[in-house]
Amino acid sequence: MEIRATAFKYGDDINTDYIISGKYKFKSTDMEAMAVHAMEELDPRYYEKVKPNGGFLVAGRNFGMGSSREQAPLVLIHANTKAVLAKSFARIFFRNAINTGLPVVECDTDLVDDGDDLELDLTAGVVRDITKGTEIPFAPLPPVMATLLADGGLVEHFRKHGGFAL
Amino acid sequence: MGKTIAEKVFSAHSGTDASAGDIVVADVDFVMGQDGTSPLAIRALERMGVSEVFDPARVALVIDHSAPSPLEGVSALHAQMREFGKRTGAILYDVGCGVCHQLVPEQGHVVPGDLMVGCDSHTCTYGAVNVFSTGVGSTDGAAAMAAGKLWFKVPETYLVTYAGELPAGVFSKDLVLALAGRIGADGATYMALEFDGPVIGALSVEARMTISNMAIEVGAKAGLMRADAKTLAWYAGRGTRAPRPVEPDADAVYAREVTIDASALGPQVAKPHSVDNVSPIEEVAGTPIAQGFVGTCTNGRLEDLAIAASILGGRKVHPDVRFIVAPASRQVYLDAMAAGHIQTLVEAGAAVVTPGCGPCVGTHNGVPSDGENVISTANRNFKGRMGNSNAFIYLGSPATVAASVIEGCITDPRKYFG
Ligand code: SF4
Repeated sequence: MEIRATAFKYGDDINTDYIISGKYKFKSTDMEAMAVHAMEELDPRYYEKVKPNGGFLVAGRNFGMGSSREQAPLVLIHANTKAVLAKSFARIFFRNAINTGLPVVECDTDLVDDGDDLELDLTAGVVRDITKGTEIPFAPLPPVMATLLADGGLVEHFRKHGGFAL
Repeated sequence: MGKTIAEKVFSAHSGTDASAGDIVVADVDFVMGQDGTSPLAIRALERMGVSEVFDPARVALVIDHSAPSPLEGVSALHAQMREFGKRTGAILYDVGCGVCHQLVPEQGHVVPGDLMVGCDSHTCTYGAVNVFSTGVGSTDGAAAMAAGKLWFKVPETYLVTYAGELPAGVFSKDLVLALAGRIGADGATYMALEFDGPVIGALSVEARMTISNMAIEVGAKAGLMRADAKTLAWYAGRGTRAPRPVEPDADAVYAREVTIDASALGPQVAKPHSVDNVSPIEEVAGTPIAQGFVGTCTNGRLEDLAIAASILGGRKVHPDVRFIVAPASRQVYLDAMAAGHIQTLVEAGAAVVTPGCGPCVGTHNGVPSDGENVISTANRNFKGRMGNSNAFIYLGSPATVAASVIEGCITDPRKYFG
């Protein structure tokens, strides 16, 4: 599966309060409405920039640290984020992303700049930086996670198989 | 090869010989959700086409984060949770019962040796009573509620040994803040922590929970401790099932180890806006504060209220400071009343709010104003955490908060412990 979009780059230690502030999580379960606030503490224009054509959220170390709120990957998905590329991820965010169907890629994001045109090949385990003409390899996901992502997340997996089929 | 607590719990719950790095599908003993995460779990269950939970006595929903409801939207989510409880028979803790992480162990829903998941990151709290408990998202929670099992990657273990003896005026909160300062917010990502050493043995079960509660603040999946005589005594008359304590093997393999000398430790404070931005109290003493808060799943237990009351007894909260207290549960509230702590705190000027999360997550009950400093016993001080991204949150022990609200600035509590 190949996905092509623009890179939107941010720093290290982006916590779940930055991705979607706790104050919104009680307002509603409507992710479309909440997505407008995605990343707003760091970049109030994130939604505006990413929503129309989609984009990759590129970050440094420990992306998604903090709370277990699944609204974090969900608002990113609803803001049209195609995948998150980071040097490392916080554990719960990583799980939640897989379970909600948001591809997460652990790779050397120092090689990518904001605005680069990227192509992500999940099966081959490579990010192609079209702007720079470079390739960044990464370790493909373990089979259990790849299956869940391929099924479109845990809900779809359950619907399809009537329970765990891992 | 010897096994860690984590490897043993996952082996027992998956019927495999599980080692760090393995991916297993394991049975869970209990599943919990709170009011910020349960509505999404309920929705995920609907989308999965599931209408029953695997065992209603092993699923609990807790209305604690925003309780009583401050907004219509929240009320609707609460109503959804109540309806789900009625429909499925799952246990529902309504407004006023307390914080989920106090209720789950206090009400005996988990016992040593258990594996449980909760839709809240501080589910790691019950590691203190030898339960492998970890926070998951709502979809994971829904799958666990439906199937009674979940997939896990068996974590490597980071052994944290607290050596020496805690000096007077220094508490378990200071121990865990010191760890966060030492290894950083991602120091144990993907790993389980095992806490050991004479200092842990000397702590009460309540004080141990403060440490395990904050395992997630260094990125860990769990914060495990052995079940000793104190743990088992704490469980007397509490658990619904018999404890099955799990000990690490003497030759267990640890991915990393660190030893912290408690004897040399003073009170610690985490400065804005990250939990690993830790300083000895001397460096921040004198910082003015506008609000103090004692409560949360980290430090809202009886012992914490007792410490605060012992310092505030016969004294007054500084006129420029709001002092908010949220008992962690109704039981804690009742016990603190019976012991006279609530009377002492209220006389000193405290505003006691409903058992629950209180102002911890910024939904209600004490949102600070722009530019204000807050000193809190909570576990997180991220920007915007208490509902205002222009406020500054410092974290410390209940003693540090109590001493600080008297003087109106961050204050070393050791002067109250002669
Ligand atoms: S008290 Fe705070 S940290 Fe604990 S569960 Fe409630 S909101 Fe989360």
